[in-house]
Amino acid sequence: MAGNWLPAAQLTGSGRPVLQPGEVECSLLSSVDLFSEETPSFPNLKAGLVILTTHRLIWVQESTTSPTAIFIPLSAITHIFSLKKSIKSMFASPRFRFQASLGEKGTKGVVVITLILRGKSDIDSFVEKFWEAWRKKAWEDGMKSGSEASGSVLGSGSGHGSGGDGGLAVRMPVVGVAGILRKEQEMWENTDKSLQEAFQDLNALMNKAKEMVILAERMRSKLLSGSTSQATGTNDEEIGTKEEMQELLLSVGIVSPVTKESAGALYHQQLSRQLADFVKIPLERAGGMINLIDIYCLFNRARGTELISPDDLLRACSLWEKFDVPVMLRTFDSGVMVIQSKSHSDVEVFTRIRSMVTTPDALRSGVTASDAAMTLGIAPAMAKEHLLAAEGKGLLCRDVSPDGFRFFVNLLQEVDADDIFLDIRVEVGVASVVDKLREERLVVWTCEKEMCGCPNEEV
Amino acid sequence: MQKLGEFKLPNFFNYPPYFTLQPVRETRENQIQLWKELIIDFCRTQKIFVIALEVDFPLFSNAAIERSLSHEAREAFLSALVSDGRAEWMDKGHRKCLVLWHRIQDWADLIVNFVKENGLEDSVMTVEEIRSGVESRGTELHGIDRTVLMRALKLLEHKGKLAIFKGTSADDEGVKFSL
Repeated sequence: MAGNWLPAAQLTGSGRPVLQPGEVECSLLSSVDLFSEETPSFPNLKAGLVILTTHRLIWVQESTTSPTAIFIPLSAITHIFSLKKSIKSMFASPRFRFQASLGEKGTKGVVVITLILRGKSDIDSFVEKFWEAWRKKAWEDGMKSGSEASGSVLGSGSGHGSGGDGGLAVRMPVVGVAGILRKEQEMWENTDKSLQEAFQDLNALMNKAKEMVILAERMRSKLLSGSTSQATGTNDEEIGTKEEMQELLLSVGIVSPVTKESAGALYHQQLSRQLADFVKIPLERAGGMINLIDIYCLFNRARGTELISPDDLLRACSLWEKFDVPVMLRTFDSGVMVIQSKSHSDVEVFTRIRSMVTTPDALRSGVTASDAAMTLGIAPAMAKEHLLAAEGKGLLCRDVSPDGFRFFVNLLQEVDADDIFLDIRVEVGVASVVDKLREERLVVWTCEKEMCGCPNEEV
Repeated sequence: MQKLGEFKLPNFFNYPPYFTLQPVRETRENQIQLWKELIIDFCRTQKIFVIALEVDFPLFSNAAIERSLSHEAREAFLSALVSDGRAEWMDKGHRKCLVLWHRIQDWADLIVNFVKENGLEDSVMTVEEIRSGVESRGTELHGIDRTVLMRALKLLEHKGKLAIFKGTSADDEGVKFSL
């Protein structure tokens, strides 16, 4: 597309840009054209989504089925022209220009690029943010902290290189035990400082979010290396808390949450895409289906302070239909809503339910939703939905009594008889030989046999 | 195997879901089919003609598994029999149900056979005699519900095979066969 001039930006499965370490989104604009008036060979990019981050200006082509993207690193920008106020600009779509030297180290030369904002968006605030991001030069910090973080994540003993810490004016050489101790002390103080700053107020916390995530990452890797090297010395409880701590740190997660402020009108759309990327891991862990409430908690926790409302979550989920994402929102007949991956199939769950209800105990006394929840390893509410779905398919039938609501394997159904009953016959047949005390089951078994043998005999 | 008096209960009588009205259509249809067969079977062997929904009916509960049918379920199963023509509601409130393990037509045929076998083609009998007389002893007609019998007799009267006439008292009606 624009490969000659501009590098391609990586996108996630749902069409969100993959951010570099430390990169945070600042603003989003829809239907923006990108071209150069002076350089005709520069590609003419029409009606795309522009994402301004602290590091890059990303242009995403969304109209095609598989979105593609290119980006201009903010570091390549040499000048931003101020907005021209004229009579003409009041009627035309707002536009602004900046100068950038493109290609590897400016090999492609300096190009003046014009952005035209076709959508209803506030150009002033965008330009302001653009200026701000450009001036902050966050990409330079990113390189530093990035190399520092990667150095410590690797956790190698020789990782105390001085290259990453160029910001500190005077550094004592790291020699011997004293040097290591001093280094530890320094790290402690730094950590302490950033924690204190972070909690001074929420705005500051937002600014610190990036550092907090790096900190969490670092602590996690520390714990990880600690638990492997001292595994023999520590007791189980300690390992347990360490693992828990790791889990907590892992779920801090999202560095650049989509916010109403940064995304504006595109808020729900972008939130939806971010959510689609986010749910993959929890979904895998939960076996392909997860309650909307659980995701709400996990997602908000990962977002830190930028909490979303339940309504936003629902809207984001319902937008999935329009995108090509591997997840979907499913509403059960009872109204319970869950997120499930498109590859998830009920057949597999039904197979597990079937093997569950054909165990000797279940044949005699049935299963409840909480039994199913324990066996399937899912929440009781979800287990109940699965059982009801299986009942709807004729796999189970219900028993409502003062003892509660139970499900039995469906012996009333004669459809698919071969398939289901075969299992029971084998199961019950073998078990009854082994255990005479469980004869009750045989009754069910013979009953089913009779039903199969002489169905619907007229009276 | 469980028994209810002399009646041998089917095995699925111990299957708890059998006593809960199933919400899924196909399952429910099969369940209703099983219940219809059981009710007809039970009523025929026990010579039960009327099932009152509000009174305990031995078939509708199983103490062994502590399950019993809800009123809704009872009504559903009996209604299924009614729509098959194997039962009739005796009141609008569906509190009592007349079970016809033989349809009225079949009862009428039984009466004709009974009359022929006993050589009563041109004779006169009271209704009470048919129900509990010496001649009917040992046949299915013995102990027949009066309502059912009257319906069968009226059917035959309609076909011109007999005439019903009033006796001296209201509950003593006579029948003149003319086969």
